[in-house]
Amino acid sequence: MQLPVINNAASEAPKGGCSAGSCGSTDDQMNHLPEHIREKVFNHPCYSEEAHHYFARMHVAVAPACNIQCNYCNRKYDCANESRPGVVSELHHPVQAVKKVLAVAATIPQMTVLGIAGPGDPLANPERTFETFRMLSEQAPDIKLCVSTNGLSLPDNVEELAKYNIDHVTITINCVDPDVGAQIYPWIFWKNKRIKGREAAEILIAQQQKGLEMLVAKGILVKVNSVLIPGVNDKHLEEVSKIVKAKGAFLHNVMPLISEAEHGTYYGLTGQRGPTNEELQALQDACEGDMNMMRHCRQCRADAVGLLGEDRGSEFTMDKVEQMEINYPEAMKMRAEVHAAINEELESKRLAKETKVQLVSIQGLKPKEVTRPVLMAVATKGNGVINEHFGHASEFLIYEASSEGMRFIGHRKTKPYCEGGDTCGDGESALDTTLRVLAGCEVVLCSKVGYEPWGPLEAAGIQPNGEHAMEPIEDAVLKVYEEMRAAGKLDKPVNLQLKVA
Amino acid sequence: MSLEIIESCTNCWACEPLCPSKAIYEAKPHFLIDPDKCTECAGDFEDPQCAAICPIEGAILNEDGVPMNPIGSLTGIPVRAD
Ligand code: SF4
Ligand code: SF4
Ligand code: SF4
Repeated sequence: MQLPVINNAASEAPKGGCSAGSCGSTDDQMNHLPEHIREKVFNHPCYSEEAHHYFARMHVAVAPACNIQCNYCNRKYDCANESRPGVVSELHHPVQAVKKVLAVAATIPQMTVLGIAGPGDPLANPERTFETFRMLSEQAPDIKLCVSTNGLSLPDNVEELAKYNIDHVTITINCVDPDVGAQIYPWIFWKNKRIKGREAAEILIAQQQKGLEMLVAKGILVKVNSVLIPGVNDKHLEEVSKIVKAKGAFLHNVMPLISEAEHGTYYGLTGQRGPTNEELQALQDACEGDMNMMRHCRQCRADAVGLLGEDRGSEFTMDKVEQMEINYPEAMKMRAEVHAAINEELESKRLAKETKVQLVSIQGLKPKEVTRPVLMAVATKGNGVINEHFGHASEFLIYEASSEGMRFIGHRKTKPYCEGGDTCGDGESALDTTLRVLAGCEVVLCSKVGYEPWGPLEAAGIQPNGEHAMEPIEDAVLKVYEEMRAAGKLDKPVNLQLKVA
Repeated sequence: MSLEIIESCTNCWACEPLCPSKAIYEAKPHFLIDPDKCTECAGDFEDPQCAAICPIEGAILNEDGVPMNPIGSLTGIPVRAD
């Protein structure tokens, strides 16, 4: 291995925008965390870029009421804070929800995390939320519980949360300035009244910050989500990131605003646009010095089931679940075996990496010429290897390779090219969509790529590459980068200050 | 004296637990208010609680059939001519 992985060579890496250990590289997401936190989240698919290739999460919708209004939410649908707007979940009574969770956990042993998210705010419906958690902690102690909230009634519920040993809470914090907040939240319901405007935002912000502090004081992990709204809070989020980190949030996840007019949200109907991939990435880069960012978040649906980015929900509709006979104590044994095997694999990968670092430090880092960074797209179905056909990929993981190693940048969704046929001639074809979302990438790695898209990809300056099928993503990306260097493709003038400053 | 929930209700459950008179109940196709029980929150709260939390403009009407939360009052979404 010629190129070290940035995070593992942290001591050699130049200081700058990336404060030690928190650059976006895949693995350091976990490595920089204190041991007790790492332990809690290392197999949490939402928090660990590594784990989300192996473990799965699910959400259930039991708590439909909400106590605030967000301008990116149409309340005919799910809570846009934790899922994509414009989606309606199957709503469950707590008893049904528990039944469904047990059925999924028994069928998909990789399912380790249950979240209660939208529609609505789980803490605006505390009875239904806590009833679900209570039953689950009794019947399925091997499932981690998490909850996400807008924060308004968080301070009132911290005690209760601590009781059920719910160790992950996500708060959506879009601002710390009420003037910004007034542009995001038209009203809140507070102390038996509807309150509007700046005053509403002021109360909401105070409650969010108080809730964050109380959770941290209780030793409960807090993740902060922010929705990036260009022109409203884009500049402001850097400050949000600093503040929530100072208060002890362990992860900050910036998500793009989704504001299609057909979702019927205020932003959608008033033409407020969402950020481009570049704007999102720039903000994530800017916040990174302050905070471990969660670039692999896919804004999964509230009722989604499966690995991140995958949804097997249709196998578990309520009428199907009612038919299933679940013996959970039995299932739990099988699950424990599967988890042990996965953890062993993760652990051996971690050890292998440590060995690599030691090798690097023994050999010493030869002052290497600085070559320009290259963005590469990868098609994968999971397990950290290149195992998806170009034409079947509904999303691509984006990595940046440079002379310092590689780091994970994010994921970009598209329409699978193979499903595009019937929409041809009607607006943008699936291939065009893919070409657009891959803008800026120079290579696309996949297990196979057809003859047809090859030409257009090359013409767009994106080299298709199917030679690394089933190889670990990291090895393949670095190999290709090395090939590019050897072929003199990296000689062009480099934007040096970007990497070294 | 009673408010009324009409078909634009999205069954979000927000109002039901707040009603001091237990007048709101789950029903198909949408939640309903029992007119015999609803007190418009008089004596309990300054504002009718259901109307104070309902996120859907026009879903709750007053005695005279006028929306408690008229179009445009909650979301600020411009009214469309359709
Ligand atoms: S908190 Fe969630 S459900 Fe409530 S208005 Fe905001 S996005 Fe919608
Ligand atoms: S106005 Fe008050 S009493 Fe009447 S239904 Fe609404 S919450 Fe209940
Ligand atoms: S708050 Fe409004 S939308 Fe929600 S259930 Fe009550 S009447 Fe229906």
